[in-house]
Amino acid sequence: MFDPYRVREDFPILKRKVNNHPLIYFDNAATSQKPRQVIEAMKEFYEQHNANVHRAVHMLSLEATELYEEAHEEVAEFIGAEGIEEIVFVRGATEAINLVAYSWGLHNLGREDEVVVTLMEHHSNIVPWEILSKIKGFKVKYVDLNSDGTLNYESFKEMLTPKVKLVCVAHVSNVTGVVNDVKALTKLAHENGALVLVDGAQSVPHMQVNVRDLDCDFLAFSGHKMLGPTGIGVLYAKKEILEGMEPFHGGGEMIREVSFNPETRRCTISWNTLPWKFEAGTPDVGGAVGLTAAVRYLRSLGMENVKAHECDLTEYALKRLEECSKVMVYGPRDVGLKCGIIPFNVEGFNSHDVALFLDSYGIMVRSGLHCAQPLHQKFNISSSVRASFYIYNTREEIDRFIDALKEIEESL
Amino acid sequence: MNANLNEYVARMEEACGEERDIIVHFKYEKKDEAIGRILKKVKIDRAVAGVIFDLTYKGLPIRLYNTGKVVIKNVKDKNHAWSILAELLL
Repeated sequence: MFDPYRVREDFPILKRKVNNHPLIYFDNAATSQKPRQVIEAMKEFYEQHNANVHRAVHMLSLEATELYEEAHEEVAEFIGAEGIEEIVFVRGATEAINLVAYSWGLHNLGREDEVVVTLMEHHSNIVPWEILSKIKGFKVKYVDLNSDGTLNYESFKEMLTPKVKLVCVAHVSNVTGVVNDVKALTKLAHENGALVLVDGAQSVPHMQVNVRDLDCDFLAFSGHKMLGPTGIGVLYAKKEILEGMEPFHGGGEMIREVSFNPETRRCTISWNTLPWKFEAGTPDVGGAVGLTAAVRYLRSLGMENVKAHECDLTEYALKRLEECSKVMVYGPRDVGLKCGIIPFNVEGFNSHDVALFLDSYGIMVRSGLHCAQPLHQKFNISSSVRASFYIYNTREEIDRFIDALKEIEESL
Repeated sequence: MNANLNEYVARMEEACGEERDIIVHFKYEKKDEAIGRILKKVKIDRAVAGVIFDLTYKGLPIRLYNTGKVVIKNVKDKNHAWSILAELLL
């Protein structure tokens, strides 16, 4: 039985008071809080096992290497990948997408090609493609949205010309929480000969994501949004695609051999095996240890329970928000179409005013564009407040949030 | 930047969104003094729930929070906001 009150006991930060009020953390789409299991795993690593990984013979390096590789195994199992060869550790979802852009896109996209993205993407799934398009000359096409912020699947189908080589789509919108049917989109893209990159930053922490079921070619996500530390994230890619890709960064760890030829006075370089070919330099071993603990924590809860809890909170919050006549909620109201993210504005106040007001009651929400300006343009708004829920949030916290919103409304 | 103003200001940021407001965070230990100094110089147009105080200074809308934050609207840039704060606090 999933019990958020039991879960809360694992999160030391939730005992804090902010502005003399108990902390209510509704900024989970930006980053999640960390359970003591993650904090202690990282502390134990640095106190007992810290060393650089790979290519050393001493005990600490062996222990660190085992922990680091174990993290890849844990993540592979969590998302249903075939093995650690398909799991590349990066700094976060942004770096994962940039890795695909520069290791795959730079070598596989040309003037005649097209890349399809959607208008609901986070800037991290727009900007790399616009930058690369200036270098390579391919066209970036944007799939339109319906008025409620859901993806227009007809628009998507119309864009799938034979020129499309890559489709980049968020699994879950970081603004509206809309869940895209990436399995269906992937099927359509593959039938058209295009590869599919899924931005899983807002899905992997909140629902069961299985890459074999989705059949996506790339999946990018961040550790810090799923209870892990900042600074570590994951690029999943199908093994055969990774094998054909050029490295992203060059340096130590990612090579098998760098051999100097005295006659040509050049070095001949061969790459390391997967996934290390894409992990140049000393990796974030401590972060990987924290990510292992985070994944184990989520698995112990059960992702179906995580999703159900967030759906319950979202449904409850949307219902209670109906009591606030001056609050405008954006995106679909049907929790079957979305995850635990609610964007809104309060008439008469801009988003930062609302966030600052809620902050005075110890309620943490985000305000602004949430790195998704095109989506805000679609809604014809200059910014929004975003409340986003996770495993440790409760209905009582939503009640306090609604009380605070009513207070701001009454002041008008 | 003025050293005396640095005694009060912990951080100044441009708001994310099309409204390019400037958000100022006062140092926690100096926030009450800073709020008091501002309220001595500018009259309150409107108070919201004892949390927000709307003020107008030289035609600029200013929203002051009892938590030690200030939103200065319609300023040209951070330097402009800084000069306004200097007038209000020093």
